[in-house]
Amino acid sequence: MAGPARGKVAVDVEECKGCGLCVESCPPKCLELSPELSHYGVHPARYTGHDCTGCGICFYCCPEPGAITVFRLAAPPKAAPVPVPAGGEHAPAL
Amino acid sequence: MAEQDVILEEPKTDKYEVVHSKSHLFYPEYERKSDLKHQTHYCPGCGHGVAHKLIAEALQELKLQDQTILVSPVGCSVFAYYYFDVGNVQVAHGRAPAAATGLKRACPDKIVIAYQGDGDLAAIGTAEIVHAANRGEKISVFFVNNAIYGMTGGQMAPTTLVGQRSTTSPWGRRPVNEGFPLHMAEMLSSLEAPVYIERVALSDNKNIMKARRAVRKALELQRDGAGFTFVEILSPCPTIWGKDPIEARKWVGEKMIPSFPLNVFRDKKIEIPNNNVPPHKTVEEIVEGERKVAREGMVHGRSHHFQHLGIKIAGFGGQGVLLLGQLLAEMGMREGLEVSWLPSYGPEMRSGSAHCHVCLSKDRIGSPVLSRPDVLIAMNEISLRKFASQIAPGGTIIYGRERLPDDLSIPNAQVVCIPASEIADKLGSAKVANVVMMGALLEETECLSSETAMKVLEAKVKNLALLELDRKALDAGRVYIDHTVAIGAVTQADGFAQ
Repeated sequence: MAGPARGKVAVDVEECKGCGLCVESCPPKCLELSPELSHYGVHPARYTGHDCTGCGICFYCCPEPGAITVFRLAAPPKAAPVPVPAGGEHAPAL
Repeated sequence: MAEQDVILEEPKTDKYEVVHSKSHLFYPEYERKSDLKHQTHYCPGCGHGVAHKLIAEALQELKLQDQTILVSPVGCSVFAYYYFDVGNVQVAHGRAPAAATGLKRACPDKIVIAYQGDGDLAAIGTAEIVHAANRGEKISVFFVNNAIYGMTGGQMAPTTLVGQRSTTSPWGRRPVNEGFPLHMAEMLSSLEAPVYIERVALSDNKNIMKARRAVRKALELQRDGAGFTFVEILSPCPTIWGKDPIEARKWVGEKMIPSFPLNVFRDKKIEIPNNNVPPHKTVEEIVEGERKVAREGMVHGRSHHFQHLGIKIAGFGGQGVLLLGQLLAEMGMREGLEVSWLPSYGPEMRSGSAHCHVCLSKDRIGSPVLSRPDVLIAMNEISLRKFASQIAPGGTIIYGRERLPDDLSIPNAQVVCIPASEIADKLGSAKVANVVMMGALLEETECLSSETAMKVLEAKVKNLALLELDRKALDAGRVYIDHTVAIGAVTQADGFAQ
């Protein structure tokens, strides 16, 4: 399938305790436990980089308040590309 | 120009927007030990974190952060105040609904949440939750049920399943010995007042999303002032159950839900009758009213011949012993003295023995207990025999019979005998014997004035016929003492018993 995935997930390794609930819960199975240990000595979750739909299930299954951040692809602009004003309020956040 | 370049180079990434992230209801960092500021103290896979997130999200979406007070329990979630950036109170074990009641009544415009576990709510706090629910307190209770005591290491909880092992039910819970699991949602739904009771589970994606709706609904109902709301959340405890987080979550669905069925047990509008409303008075009005009474009843300009006078009054229950003490204390107060009144009586309201201690003092009273009373008013022989030896040297005993028992000698006190019951009976009612004794006390010791006595009696006795009887009884007591003194029948210092 061409084009970017509809969503993506960022995992904060400072918060993740490696319980694996997000990996288990993810409908498209796009999360995994990292083979590397974090400095807490756990295998934190990470996004495989493919197929995230941005559904947010992993966020609600994760017991840590801020370990998971879910992003979703913004709806494409309806009209022709809007010129970005100089100074850029839509400057890339990522 | 440079920005245009960036956008052209990364057309995919700049179009993602955040849809789920840490709620701003949580502190950015937690007040925990140095390197743990980023994590909660809960075990990996613990249900508390999910429950916290659902509550935080609902409060954030309903814009209630600045008006929320969270009552933390005792249990694993004792530190909920580390995480929630709202008003926080942490209370004694099981008492969250009681504390929440007080908070909500004092601050009815606030959102008050009691967050409790099953040991806290269903064991030590059973009374508090049942009565808060029964009163229909307008609070939200989130009851996190993991069927075990987590914080203390896995003892059996009231909610432990039949057959479930714990450190205190090592062969599995046996109903014949430990009873059945308590179903709190069902129990509370038998009450009339609650408006919303639901049981949800953190067992799988679908149920977590149902839990999310239940939490939000409870808070919405509280915001709208609907009434008592209760959400029971079946929650995994991987560490104590000895399972990995994924197994533990499945266990909630496979074992807990069959025993604790998910359901909306109550969802209806309840109007609690507000009948017989007492007249509304502010605290200032009440205090001012009391002061007015005190000012008007104050007797000025009377000097007292004592610095401190301790009076012990003893007799049978029902003879007006305690009432006589109260009257004397009230009189002392009206004459500007410091006073105390301390009753002592058995569980029998009638015919047991009763006594009380009254202190009248120009200084502040250190203790209301009298070990050496200056005056003993003994309404009967038992009291006289029991307490006569306590009298302070040179003190006065007023005995409510015509003469002392022959075998009793009281060498160190002035003893006055007055057949109070007989006098009262002749006046019309033996019930006023205590007022006869008061008359005798006032005449004999002159500790307080009989004008003050009448003022107090007028304030206390509403029945005019009875008030007239009291006035006669007071006079009769005084006249009897006066009369017996006049004819020389009063006792000598060594008492009446020769």
